[in-house]
Parts: sequence; structure tokens; C-alpha cells
Amino acid sequence: MTTSTKTSTTNTPLAAPAPMTPMQEFWHYFSSNKGAVAGLVVILIICFMAVFANLVAPHSPSDQYRDALLLPPAWLEGGNWSFVLGTDDVGRDILSRLIYGSRLSIAVGIVAVTASLVMGILLGLIAGYFKGLIDTAIMRIVDIMLAMPSLLLAIAIVAILGPSIVNAALAISIVSLPHYVRLTRAATMAEMSRDYVTSSKVIGAGPLRLMFICILPNCLAPLIVQATLGFSSAILDMAALGFLGLGAQPPTPEWGSMLADALQFVQRAWWVVTFPGLMILITVLAFNLMGDGLRDALDPKLKQ
Amino acid sequence: MFQFIFRRLSLVIPTFIGITLLTFTLIRLIPGDPIEVMAGERGVSAERHAELSAQLGFDKPLYVQYFHYVTGVLQGDLGNSLITREPVMKEFLTLFPATIELAFCAAIFAIFIGLPAGILAAVKRGTVIDHSVMTFSLTGYSMPIFWWALLLMLVFSVNLGWTPVSGRIDVVYWIEDVTGFMLIDSLLSDEAGAFSSAVAHLILPSIVLGTIPMAVIARMTRSSMLEVLSEDYIRTARAKGIAPWRVIVIHALRNALIPVITVIGLQVGILLSGAILTETVFAWPGIGKWLIESIGRRDYPVVQGGILIVACIIIVVNLLVDITYGIVNPRIRHSR
Repeated sequence: MTTSTKTSTTNTPLAAPAPMTPMQEFWHYFSSNKGAVAGLVVILIICFMAVFANLVAPHSPSDQYRDALLLPPAWLEGGNWSFVLGTDDVGRDILSRLIYGSRLSIAVGIVAVTASLVMGILLGLIAGYFKGLIDTAIMRIVDIMLAMPSLLLAIAIVAILGPSIVNAALAISIVSLPHYVRLTRAATMAEMSRDYVTSSKVIGAGPLRLMFICILPNCLAPLIVQATLGFSSAILDMAALGFLGLGAQPPTPEWGSMLADALQFVQRAWWVVTFPGLMILITVLAFNLMGDGLRDALDPKLKQ
Repeated sequence: MFQFIFRRLSLVIPTFIGITLLTFTLIRLIPGDPIEVMAGERGVSAERHAELSAQLGFDKPLYVQYFHYVTGVLQGDLGNSLITREPVMKEFLTLFPATIELAFCAAIFAIFIGLPAGILAAVKRGTVIDHSVMTFSLTGYSMPIFWWALLLMLVFSVNLGWTPVSGRIDVVYWIEDVTGFMLIDSLLSDEAGAFSSAVAHLILPSIVLGTIPMAVIARMTRSSMLEVLSEDYIRTARAKGIAPWRVIVIHALRNALIPVITVIGLQVGILLSGAILTETVFAWPGIGKWLIESIGRRDYPVVQGGILIVACIIIVVNLLVDITYGIVNPRIRHSR
């Protein structure tokens, strides 16, 4: 991607500049949005932290240092540079827990977004391709799901299945499904009337080939944008469920449940409360910024 | 117009059936036997099990059970709480005013800050004001509100001591429950200072709950204003020499408000689900806290009923928004 930032200028002044490849064009629009690039950088840093958590983190997330309970951040009086962001009520290093927590948040984001994307594309393609009764049935269910606030629906699902990270991820992927179904269906319906689809059909392409090889690649742009924004809501919902005690269970270093654990220390130790929330905010903000940038870069209607 | 309303109403019925199906299945999806789950640790004897099974209708075929459930729901019967033995509907009605009060104040906050901020950003497009409004609104939109609540509590309640930490009113006041709305009840009571205490308790929760709607409203107002401001009739109005503020407030705003009103209506869902988090942090005795506590206590009839009522409220509000939109904008009414 670094080469694409250099516009291809040739030495002969009369030659027309080579047309940009789609990738270059995308990067040109995307990189002109500073917020989006900043979001991308933050996301890359967080992903790096998540992948190499065991190398980056100064301590284990579960080690309890009994002689360092509720230690303030290092730059404050009484702080200790081996615990940069301080320690929690049982003497665990907050920075390390945050770093390991990013692993969980990113993993849940990937699982939830992939699951709902795959299911949503499948249902949306079927609804948009076959139309008729199947379409009505699928869209009615989608409407019902959209009538409920996503957090409430996720809470209901977790309440049935029991609180755990896996069930929370499942609940989040179910509640974000409707958006993908709607987007795919709308895009499929628009593509269905195009000549290239008709000609493929005339040549003898079967429904599966038409759906997945002809139509789907042309519907991807809005789905990519939605998936990026889906990441941010997945992380936010996961943290909310964790905070309510319905997501990750206590010893797990998850940002939302770290906050819930810290509730009783609000008055004594502001750092146990501040940093996990800040991590959630920064991550969610980064995904939202990048999503906005992607929308601008991928949606031809908004270009210029 | 009646045709339009009728068409919208007819779309609500399948949605209602779907939601009742969902809440009906909910309680049956709990792993294990529902009666044993309800009985908890104590367990039940075989006779009592059969008796309860007959009493709750679990021995009948599923469609009969569903039919009974829906007839009950339509008559306002949502079953009894397993813990308090009170009807779910009654518990809901006692707690709901607290949530309405909170959501209403949050909405007021969101509209009174979000709308002017959005207008200002659109008018001052590309300036520092615009950029800062957009930055703030994107931050607000990405805010984990349970953390925001803790942060505000930390600064304003713990450090500065300006606002109370939790609850609806100071414990020293005893307010008679007349309307259920603390602001009104405290005014009706003779207690001096009760009203200001109720207001002080409302400030932080309202700001927290209103943050995301505020961000959404500001963004929507800005983009809608920008679209309207580029219209020809605005240029004409300006060319005629109408005062700039008049062009913005009288000419542009009225048209720009149409999509904003829809967005405000759609915030009810966000407010109600946000209330779950806000009420949990501020120990606000409303339906959000009630629902979460019921999940913790495995009080399934309450969970089932609570989710059903909240979903129905949102459907009704969305329907009203749709109809209002149809009244305001004839193009919607006559389409399709």
C-alpha cells in the first residue's frame, strides 16, 4: 500500500498519467481522510497488542502482587514504574490486563462480525435472489429483530443461554445480523436487474454461481463499511454485557468486566475505573473513524 | 391518510406476533426443566411438579400454551414474579415512571444540546466550530455510557461533591407516591428542598443517558441542514436580502427538521436500552435495573414480561413516528 501513495508520474511531461488501479484509487480517497488513517493506525496498534500480548505486557494478567494493592499510576506519588497504570484491588497490573483484554475484544469482534456477516450475506442473497415468499419471511424476521434495541435483545439471549464470553459473542452476532441481511438484500436486488446478470443467466449460470460469483462481489462495498462499524458496536456491546455481568466472567481480563469489578473502588482509586473505559472508547472511536473513511472511499456517490 | 395509517398498523401485527413468539420461546429455551429451574435449589416433589405443570399449562401442546400466553398478554396478564409473587405488570407500572422521567430528561438534554450544535456546525461548515462539534459528536457516539457515568460520578459527585451519587432523591425526604414522577411528587409534597434534591439526582443520569442521542441528533441535524442550505430557495431568500439568521431559522430549519424528527423518534430504543446501563450505575429504581436484577435472580417471568413490554413500547413509538412523518411529509404518505 505504500507504493500507491506515490502517484505514477513519468519523466515525459506529455504522457498522460497512468490511470489509478482500484486499490490506488481507494487508498487515494481513504488517505485523504485524516481521521480514517488515524483510526487505522490505532486499530493496527491494538491488533499488534492483541496478537503479541504475551510479549508486550509487562506482567501476567492474573498475577496478584499482594504487596502492591490499588497502587496508583507510576507518575503519581506512591506509584511504581513496574506498574505503569497502577494495580487493582487484588494487586494485578492494570496495563497488562488491558493489553490482554484487547486480545479478547478483538477476538470477539472478529468472531461476531464474521458470523453475522456470513449468515447475513447468505440470508440477504437468498431473500434478494429468490424474492417472493422466502423474501417476505426473512424480512419479517429481520424487522422483528430490528424492533428491539440490540443491547436488550443481546441481554435476552444471554439471559437464556447463561452468561459467558461465547454466549455473549453469539448474542452479539445474532443482534447485528439484520443490518447485513438488509444491506445484502438491497444490493442483490439492485444488481439483479443489471445486464451482466441477465447475460450470465442466458449463458446458463446456475443460481449458486449467479449469487456468489456474479452478484456478491458487486455488493461488497457497503458490507465492508457495515462490518467495520459492526466491529465497534460488537466491542461496545461486549463491554456493556461484561459490565452487567453477562459477558466475560470475573478473572478474565475483559474491559467491561474490569469496569464492573472496579465499581466499588470508584471513590478510592480513579485509575481502576478510568483506563479500561478509555481503552473501550479509543478502540470504538478508531473503528468508527475508519468506518466513516471507508464509506467515503468506497461509496462512489459520496466521492469528491 | 387513513389508508396510510391502516397500512402501517397492519405491519405492526406480524411484528407483535413475532415478539410474543420470541418471549414465549425464551422461557422454554432455558436449559433444563422450567419448573425445576423455577424451584431452584430446593427442588420439587413429583406430585408438586405435576401440579405446577398443570397450573402453568406446561402439560398442554405448545400451540395451546402459546395461545394462552398471547390471550393473557393481550389482557395485560404477564404472569407473576417468582420472587415477589406480584404480577409482573404491576411491578412494571410502579417502576416505569422512574424510567420515563429519566428518559424524558435525557431526551430534553439531547435535543437542547444536539440540535443547536448541529445547526451551528452546518452554518459554520469547515471551521473550527464545525470540526469540534463533529469530533465531540463522534466521541459521544462511541462512548461506553456505563464508563461515562462512572467518570462523571467520579468528578462531580466524589471529587467536587456537586451532585449526589445515586438514587432518585435524598433519603431524608419521604415523598408520597402520587404520580410516580419524582419531580412532580416532590413539588406536591410539603418537604422543603425535596424538589431541588430530585433535580440534583436527575442531572448526571440524564446527561449520561442523553449523550449518544445527543451525538446522533447533532450529526443528523448538521447533514440535514447542509443539504437544505444548498437548495436554490435558500439562495433566493438570501438574494432577497433576508437577514441571515432568519434564512437559517425560518427558511432552512423547518425543512431540515423533518429527518431530524424521525431520528429523535428512533432514539427511544436507544434511550430504553441505555437506561439499563445508566440505571445500573446510578442505582436508579427503573425498569432497566429491574430487568438486570431479575436476570441475576433467574426471575424468568419478569425477564420475559419486561422484554415484551419494552419491545412493544418501541414498536408503538416507531409507529407513531412513522405516522407523524407521514403527516408532515406527504411524499411518504402517498408512496407505494
